[in-house]
Amino acid sequence: MAIFTRRSVLKIGGASLALPLLGQAVLAQDGPLKIGFVNVGPKDDNGWTFGHWTGAKALEAEFGDKIEITFVETVPEGPDCERVLRELAQQGNKIIFATSFGFGDYVIKVAREFPDVIFEHATGYQRSDNVGTYNARFHEGRAVMGTLAGHLSKTNTIGYIGSFPIPEVVMGINAFTLAARKINPDIKVNVVMLSSWHDPAKEADAARALIDQGADILVQHTDGPAALQVAEERGIVGGFGQGADMSAFAPKSHLSAIIDVWAPHYIQVVNDVMAGTWVSDDSWPGIAAGEVVIGPYNEKIPADVVAAAEAVKNGIVDGTLNPFTGPIVDNAGTERVAAGAVVDDAGLWAMDWYVEGVNA
Amino acid sequence: MNMDLVVPIIITLIGASTPILIAALGELVVEKSGVLNLGVEGMMLIGAVVAFAVTYTTGNPWLGILLAAAASAAASMIFAFLTLSLSANQVATGLALTIFGTGFSALFGQAYTGKPISIFRSIFPEALATHPLWRLVFGHSPLVYFSLLLVVAVWWFLKKTRAGLILRAVGENDLSAHSIGYSVIGVRYAAVAFGGAMAGIGGSCFPLLLTPQWAERLTAGRGWIALALVVFAAWRPFRLFGGAYLFGLVMTIELYTKASGGTGGVPSEFWAALPYLATIAVLVLISLRRSGHSAAPACLGKPFLPTN
Repeated sequence: MAIFTRRSVLKIGGASLALPLLGQAVLAQDGPLKIGFVNVGPKDDNGWTFGHWTGAKALEAEFGDKIEITFVETVPEGPDCERVLRELAQQGNKIIFATSFGFGDYVIKVAREFPDVIFEHATGYQRSDNVGTYNARFHEGRAVMGTLAGHLSKTNTIGYIGSFPIPEVVMGINAFTLAARKINPDIKVNVVMLSSWHDPAKEADAARALIDQGADILVQHTDGPAALQVAEERGIVGGFGQGADMSAFAPKSHLSAIIDVWAPHYIQVVNDVMAGTWVSDDSWPGIAAGEVVIGPYNEKIPADVVAAAEAVKNGIVDGTLNPFTGPIVDNAGTERVAAGAVVDDAGLWAMDWYVEGVNA
Repeated sequence: MNMDLVVPIIITLIGASTPILIAALGELVVEKSGVLNLGVEGMMLIGAVVAFAVTYTTGNPWLGILLAAAASAAASMIFAFLTLSLSANQVATGLALTIFGTGFSALFGQAYTGKPISIFRSIFPEALATHPLWRLVFGHSPLVYFSLLLVVAVWWFLKKTRAGLILRAVGENDLSAHSIGYSVIGVRYAAVAFGGAMAGIGGSCFPLLLTPQWAERLTAGRGWIALALVVFAAWRPFRLFGGAYLFGLVMTIELYTKASGGTGGVPSEFWAALPYLATIAVLVLISLRRSGHSAAPACLGKPFLPTN
């Protein structure tokens, strides 16, 4: 697999050098199916891009010589990504995975110029004949974490560090809180929004602020382990890994983790393209498809609590449990979902309210 | 908000303020010599990654801080050579230094992502810091005491020493200083190196004091806040101290208010805007008090070209 990081040339020299990235264009030919990945971060970010890197490696393991992967790192979400996408297409890549939300407009634009190339855009919402979108139901993992928190919290106060109040984050907070309050109706979840995906010092300070005010379990929906490290230092009950197993940072406090696994989707797409059956659609699988994986449980968690969490996980897998089953009352006291009803996907993506028990 | 929270809030706000204060004091000295170095953010990132790498490898945070200072000072020498010896544009070169520092730290830090170290704790025995009030005195990392000493040291140097007087003369009127025999370029090299070293130590606060990890862009823009604070403080060390702590206070209060589970009826967007509102308020107050002339060093940002 070829890894191109523009950092080595670009950032040392200065930002605006328009270096040709991948050499000259190569005509499409028989041979391995060429696949490109465009990523917003470095592959060893221990989080988001690492997940896609792992997915790309799984493709190599599955298809071997039949494919050839180009993995481009640290591409900013701006006009530069359009150039990278175009060069990958000109180089004869037949499938291009763009793995960050902000690439969307450029993917649609470049895809119009290359109707023979298939584009797949992670966490996006814009599709066309040769552009599909994919995501994962991370909120299903939040329901499992919420079950653990409902059992383990002694102060009944959970600290939740978020990035922005966008639907993806809001549905995670709600799924977590619903599951925790099902176990312990006294649980309250205090949310701190940081207006940033990546400001580790502020994440750590937010964790300190939450613990100083009674939180004994922390949850974060930002990309790093900063909050977990504070949890470890303060010796509270614990926290959860986000996107990856982060137990190296907090061996005593790392209760479990939600791990992103993209391999099933990538293998599916490549199989479909090879068979000529690929069509543009929106793929949004969760725990059942193996795209959202629950990390190992900390050994300090009692067996019955682990069993309760596993029961929720298995319920989600076999479809008997939907984390958003009514009755659901929002934190202003209005009933949002009637008893027995569930929130559909459109409702999840439009979620701009918090459930009862959330202080935000 | 109850009184038990006052001590934790103060401790958190000191942590948030310290890296900005150290880096801004360095930049203050640089600007007093007439040089504008916009590379603070980049130098802080270099300091942060070097401090992490050395502490992770050797287990010795003191060595980490020392080498962070040396590495950032070395990076600042690139800037000094271009702007002082070759008279390149200071604004453009400073921005390039920030871009370089961001890229270099990301590249160098690749091997250190996903690895933990421990926080550089207080050097005093724990028994001294058991009572909350004693914690305020004895409970901090050495970096915090260093930052407070640095405020006094920079003030004393600029106001009370002959070398400080020469540095200010170079910043206010480089041609006059040159004509009476002082090495303008030499003084400015020294000032830029000091600024680089302080930016490096400020950067080292991130892995050693705030969040014991390395991640790309760990400083998340604090270098720019340090730069703004120098102007905000009208190039005065004690005012800079006040500004850094005011900034830390506003940010910490925001987090503690949100974390309390109620915003006191105030929307969270207001808390997010508060640091900027505070900046505007203080700038207005300073302009009202100022008597006509600008507080900026007269030669700030101008290349020294004695032959022209």
